[in-house]
Amino acid sequence: MIRFEGVTKRYADASGADDGAGSLAVDDLTLEAPTGKITVLVGPSGCGKTTTLRMVNRMITPTSGTISIDGKDTASLDVAELRRGIGYVIQHAGLFPHRTVLDNVTTVPRLLGTDKRTARARAMELIERVGLDPAMARRYPAQLSGGQQQRVGVARALAADPPVMLMDEPFSAVDPVVREQLQNEFLRLQSELGKTILFVTHDIDEAVKLGDQVAVLRVGGVLAQLDSPAKLLADPVDDFVAGFVGRDRGYRALSFAAAPELSLTDEPTVRLGARADDVRAVGTPWVLCVDDDREPLGWVRAAAVETEVTRTLLHRGGTVASVSGSLRALLDAALSSPSGRGVVAGDDGRLVGTIRAAEVIPAIEARRDSTTEEATAR
Amino acid sequence: MTFAQIVSWFTDPANWQGTDGVPNRVTEHLLYTALTLLIALVIAVPLGAWVGHSGRMRWLVTGANAARAVPTLGLLFAVSMFVGPLIKSDLAFVIPSIAVLVLLAIPPLLSGTYAGIDSVEPAARDAARGMGMTGWQVLTKVEVPCALPLFLSGLRSATLQVIATATIAASVSLGGLGRYLIDGLASRDYVQMVCGSILVAVLALVADGILALLENRAVSPGISGRSARVARSRARHPDHHSDPIGADRPDPDSRQAALVGSGSTGPVEATATTGTPSERDRT
Ligand SMILES: Nc1ncnc2c1ncn2[C@@H]1O[C@H](COP(=O)(O)OP(=O)(O)O)[C@@H](O)[C@H]1O
Ligand SMILES: [Mg+2]
Repeated sequence: MIRFEGVTKRYADASGADDGAGSLAVDDLTLEAPTGKITVLVGPSGCGKTTTLRMVNRMITPTSGTISIDGKDTASLDVAELRRGIGYVIQHAGLFPHRTVLDNVTTVPRLLGTDKRTARARAMELIERVGLDPAMARRYPAQLSGGQQQRVGVARALAADPPVMLMDEPFSAVDPVVREQLQNEFLRLQSELGKTILFVTHDIDEAVKLGDQVAVLRVGGVLAQLDSPAKLLADPVDDFVAGFVGRDRGYRALSFAAAPELSLTDEPTVRLGARADDVRAVGTPWVLCVDDDREPLGWVRAAAVETEVTRTLLHRGGTVASVSGSLRALLDAALSSPSGRGVVAGDDGRLVGTIRAAEVIPAIEARRDSTTEEATAR
Repeated sequence: MTFAQIVSWFTDPANWQGTDGVPNRVTEHLLYTALTLLIALVIAVPLGAWVGHSGRMRWLVTGANAARAVPTLGLLFAVSMFVGPLIKSDLAFVIPSIAVLVLLAIPPLLSGTYAGIDSVEPAARDAARGMGMTGWQVLTKVEVPCALPLFLSGLRSATLQVIATATIAASVSLGGLGRYLIDGLASRDYVQMVCGSILVAVLALVADGILALLENRAVSPGISGRSARVARSRARHPDHHSDPIGADRPDPDSRQAALVGSGSTGPVEATATTGTPSERDRT
């Protein structure tokens, strides 16, 4: 557990004028990041997120207040030792350009005196674990894409198996598609490792996606709200938080509502290579195409098939919801499907059935009723 | 004067023996050069590293570069006239000569060291500290290896200049390859002068070649740009490695939860950021 108690950071004014004021970057922050959970610090640029994070590993010294990790005041520890026990991931990865991926990852274990062979064996494991091809271990950072560099950054931070991780906008410098992959793998990794993580981002979507709890900061380093993502979206404490969490928060809040058991419609399917006659025989304007494992490939417009179904005929817009996913994913699958029927797959990726938006809405309504009841019962 | 005269000078055994022979003059020349570089390194490297590390007193680097404009020969005579009466031995000439050469070698070494340390990515430095490296470890494990290409190009430029300019030692009656120039001029032996110049040029080229080799071995491929070349050639033959290099794009092994057909994923030209070190330390 990381605990901030009345932590304040005041930077000396750039002018150097000693009027006792300076600029307040973090203002009397009291906050707990629970063990094994992801706590996200989110807020507009300049609100003191980085300052807050860097005070934990003493890259920045607080003006007042104490920060403790598992009850130990960080100020009382040897600074190099403290840092070696904390995983640190930063925006542009900050990899050492002169070292191979492998040697980057072994950095902290080597500082701690682990012998080279043990450190390398463990590093290879981690490199694979963060989703990199083991062949990349011999490359240099300049030979990697931004997304790959970030993965190495994460592997490097994990190398000495620190209980605590500090992550400063680790995914914001990569494009949205890669970012989403990195986020998903980060969540998967965390579900296996259970680290105590303090995660900084300016992106509210990332915050609600990754955080077990989210701390919204406002400029001046004041904590505006600390809550679970669902609570944050459903019940912002003030106009600032409401404005910051954004317009379509009603829709986004559905991300946290697990899909209930809904009765899905069986969907007739065709395979790639199916003849035009067979496709038209299905009788609907749009027909779902699946592969040999019954994994959905895409919708095909029956009228567009001249001889047989080919890949180029497949509609590419629809999303696939998972039976164990959220109401948001279900609704999105229905809304994005050209046929109006959202494709739902099982956890193994195989087609289970389809659902229409009109069938999802009652589930959303039912959920609203139950949460209102809960609120009145309290 | 013909090519044959030059060949016969070089093949004359008399020119390869004794005090005035080529081996001895080359040795003297190299001694002056080595001594000069040693002293200049001891002065310039810690200073340049400190300026680069702390970012303070950058004017030192600019100032040293401006000092290159001082005419070397004039300075040598001035210093000799000043030091000469104070010392009663050969040192009266050695000290001024070496001092002037050191002055010449310091600017490229200073700016090479400074620029090298200054070029270290702030993110890498920050990560190094944040991971628990001590100040010394950050310097030796991160800053120095990253600074190496720019430092070595400074060293090469200093070495070339010192070898070329060490000929002036002869003008205050010392040895070295400059003897052939001074003595040749005095006796109007132009063949000897030309041969002396050739020797200086060859020595400079050989020294530069050795340093280039050293650079090739000591600098990590990750920053010398060698790795970028490897990446580029791999990108041209993407079948060796399924993943594209140097661009942010989805990794091929990851699946997307969308009904998206396999878009075209042709090879991408590598966009590795590390090129050859810029030569901003040269004037
Ligand atoms: N080293 C510094 N000196 C002076 N002011 C600083 C320094 N670092 C940050 N600040 C100021 O402190 C505030 C918070 O900065 P920061 O923690 O980096 O914000 P964030 O990470 O949320 O964007 C900003 O107003 C910034 O200008
Ligand atoms: Mg920041």
